[in-house]
Amino acid sequence: MASVKGIGGRLYSGETSFNIVGNAKRWYIISLIFTAISIGTLAISGLHLGIEFKGGSAYTFTSTTATVEQARSAVAGSGISGEVIVQKVGNDKIRVQTGSLAPAQSDAVEAALTSTFGVQVSDIDTQIIGPSWGKEITKKALYGLSAFLIVILIFLAMTFEPKMAVAAIVAVVHDVLITVGIYALVGFDVTPATVIGFLTILGYSLYDTVVVFDKVRENTRSITSSSKQTFTQATNLAVNQTLVRSINTTVIALLPVAAILFIGGALLGAGTLKDIALALFIGMFVGAYSSIFIAPPVLAYLREREPAMIALAKRVNGRGAPAVISTPAPVDLAQRRGPRNQPKRKGRK
Amino acid sequence: MSTPTKPTKKTGRPLRSLSILALLVIALASAAFVQGATAVRLGLDLRGGTSVTLQPRIAAGENGKVTNEAIDQAVSIIRQRVNSLGVAESEVTAQGSGTNRQIVIAVPGNTGRRVVELVGQTAELRFRQVLASGPGTTSVGSGASVATGSGASVDTGSGASVATGSGAGVDTGSTATPVNGISAAVNAKYEALDCTKLENLQGTGTDAPTETIAVCDRNGSTKYILAPAEVLGRQISKASAGLDTQAGSAWYVSLTFNGEGTTAFGALTTRVTSLPEPLNQVAIVLDGLVVSSPRINEPIPSGTAQITGSFTQLEAQDLANVLKYGALPLSFDRGEVAQVSPTLGADQLDAGLLAGIIGLTLVVLYSFLYYRGLGIVVTGSLTAAALVIYLLVLLLGENIGFTLTLAGIAGIIVAVGITADSFVVYFERIRDEIREGRSLRSAVESGWIKARHTILVADAVSIIAAALLYIFAVGGVQGFAFALGLTTLVDLLIVFIFTKPLMTLLARMDFFATGHRFSGLSQKSSGVNRQTSTVEA
Repeated sequence: MASVKGIGGRLYSGETSFNIVGNAKRWYIISLIFTAISIGTLAISGLHLGIEFKGGSAYTFTSTTATVEQARSAVAGSGISGEVIVQKVGNDKIRVQTGSLAPAQSDAVEAALTSTFGVQVSDIDTQIIGPSWGKEITKKALYGLSAFLIVILIFLAMTFEPKMAVAAIVAVVHDVLITVGIYALVGFDVTPATVIGFLTILGYSLYDTVVVFDKVRENTRSITSSSKQTFTQATNLAVNQTLVRSINTTVIALLPVAAILFIGGALLGAGTLKDIALALFIGMFVGAYSSIFIAPPVLAYLREREPAMIALAKRVNGRGAPAVISTPAPVDLAQRRGPRNQPKRKGRK
Repeated sequence: MSTPTKPTKKTGRPLRSLSILALLVIALASAAFVQGATAVRLGLDLRGGTSVTLQPRIAAGENGKVTNEAIDQAVSIIRQRVNSLGVAESEVTAQGSGTNRQIVIAVPGNTGRRVVELVGQTAELRFRQVLASGPGTTSVGSGASVATGSGASVDTGSGASVATGSGAGVDTGSTATPVNGISAAVNAKYEALDCTKLENLQGTGTDAPTETIAVCDRNGSTKYILAPAEVLGRQISKASAGLDTQAGSAWYVSLTFNGEGTTAFGALTTRVTSLPEPLNQVAIVLDGLVVSSPRINEPIPSGTAQITGSFTQLEAQDLANVLKYGALPLSFDRGEVAQVSPTLGADQLDAGLLAGIIGLTLVVLYSFLYYRGLGIVVTGSLTAAALVIYLLVLLLGENIGFTLTLAGIAGIIVAVGITADSFVVYFERIRDEIREGRSLRSAVESGWIKARHTILVADAVSIIAAALLYIFAVGGVQGFAFALGLTTLVDLLIVFIFTKPLMTLLARMDFFATGHRFSGLSQKSSGVNRQTSTVEA
């Protein structure tokens, strides 16, 4: 523990520094590979959709003696056609999943289960999903996603600056793409609860990015009035200074999610809790990564192209070479500065 | 944003903030006590029951758009059907936003199966001639059918007018002698019909358009024998409520029929207008229940009619909405039907609570491990937040019908992490300030000013996410979004009026101010003066 704490101080003062922003290309390549795999898997095998999206019925009942085979033959005996999936859930539950059924067929399945295993109809947990339901929720999720990205873009552009908003959105899209890609790759079931998880990642991933960007903004507030650091260096310092914070917030946010994942998976077998938690668990990891390795480098790239920042980089890099030291900054530079880059008075913090 | 940072004023008044929070908690608790809200309202997935989600659509073969009014109308039709089951605490609500809403029906217990069959059918509007009417009970006195419409019949302007008996229809205690064309079976059914019984107000499925039927009105006060339908709701082209200023602010409903409707309504009104009461009334029947039964004052061949009577504005608008709905009835796609047995419900509740306890414990443990003494602040703040959230959930359940679902519990647990994140942001800021060489007391204040901005922006992002999730939500998602949004707001409240004041107070204590090695704010923790601290270690 002591060494971790010590590192917090060294990272803050800049004594210990990871060159995260400077190695942007490395992270871009890693992320591009992951994104490409995600898109590829999505295009080829697609997502493994739960019955909520495909339409169909699921019947779950508790029986300590029932076996999967018995349930399968009972359902087959009720005369329904199409694919039937029977699985054991938790210790003593059997789940039967069928395609879309007419009400009479649904009743037949229930009758078969009640007569075979002696359970009451009211003790069978049923879920019947209409065939067009999936389209409906997919549509709504996409609306939600687009509305979110637009509102957040505007919000961050107003509270921070447009380029930070762009960088944050790039990171968020990255997170969602990779999380969804992992789902396609591993073949986890996608249910509406998973979609909740995906949408929540958006908010969470931004939380981390906001923490880092707030520090970046503080460090670069009056950056052009001195020649000590380039924008990239200042951003890198901010990332290092908030590194402990980012790790801690991620660990603390992941702990409850892990608890839900564990309980939901171990105790209930399947369902809302597990689905939300799994999506969040994966998404928070990816989100933490992108708030450190993607959002700040993208921001630095965008800002370094501004004339004022190019000039600053020249001044900073030129320090030490006598000929450059004596060269004053171009006079017309001041006019090109945006309002945010105006030199600030020293006393203000 | 730029708050003055004068060292003398900046500590604020920690005790005042803490007392505000205490007062707030006391106020919430007493409100809950006064309203008798003692238990959290649990969703059906936690206590067993059936929920049905329906997607309203334009019926097949029809053109038009789903309107807000039509969805409201559909909700009230379905509510009527569900209430007829007589199951306590059944709920019918529209979720989502605008015309994109779903209708969600929640029925506790085992009656679910019947609900599913009941709610999916399209509600039709039809016009039928009244053949007989009487009070809605079985105990009918004999006697001739003497009916007096109590509503005034007002002729207005050019349009032909139709006058209504006031809402409840005909209020004379009498039953009709069987009119020609009423079979003994229908008559017997009519005699036996008890409109005070809920099951007779179910409506649906009892009104085949080609049959003579015995039905109740919507409030169950009057029953009718009605002739086969002559005009259909789909033959209405327009309906609206209006205010006749000339006749002294009387509300009326005007309706316009399409070509077919004009012919049919013209024939119907021409035939019945000269008949005795109640045969000169035309019942407007929605979903098998009589909404209104106006008396026809004159033949109306023009296709434009006005219904007048002693309407209030609300009644007139209601009737107009019923007619509009009838013009373009919605069909319901059965989206999702979920039946949860009480056993599974209890299991899910236990699992949710257990996950919450484990999650909370892990967060507290981690805080003590990493932040040592500051773990007290985390624990205290989370406890305060939990208390406020619990009271709010109690009160919202009582007042706006907020029910806690499994997804909601997940939302609250996830928010525990996000709440604790605000503390991390603040603590790390304090350490930054100490690294800059400030004393703890001044670091607590200057660190707060910087952390505050980060926390505000980050929480705003969370709240935006929750709000949009809520708006675009389907079914259970709303519960999650609501819980997430609520807890984020509570987080803001707690950080501002509990965590920060508590830090100010703690900074005055020697244990923290001198940087005790277990305080979490020691020089070593912050990484300053490493030479001396390595010796200490």
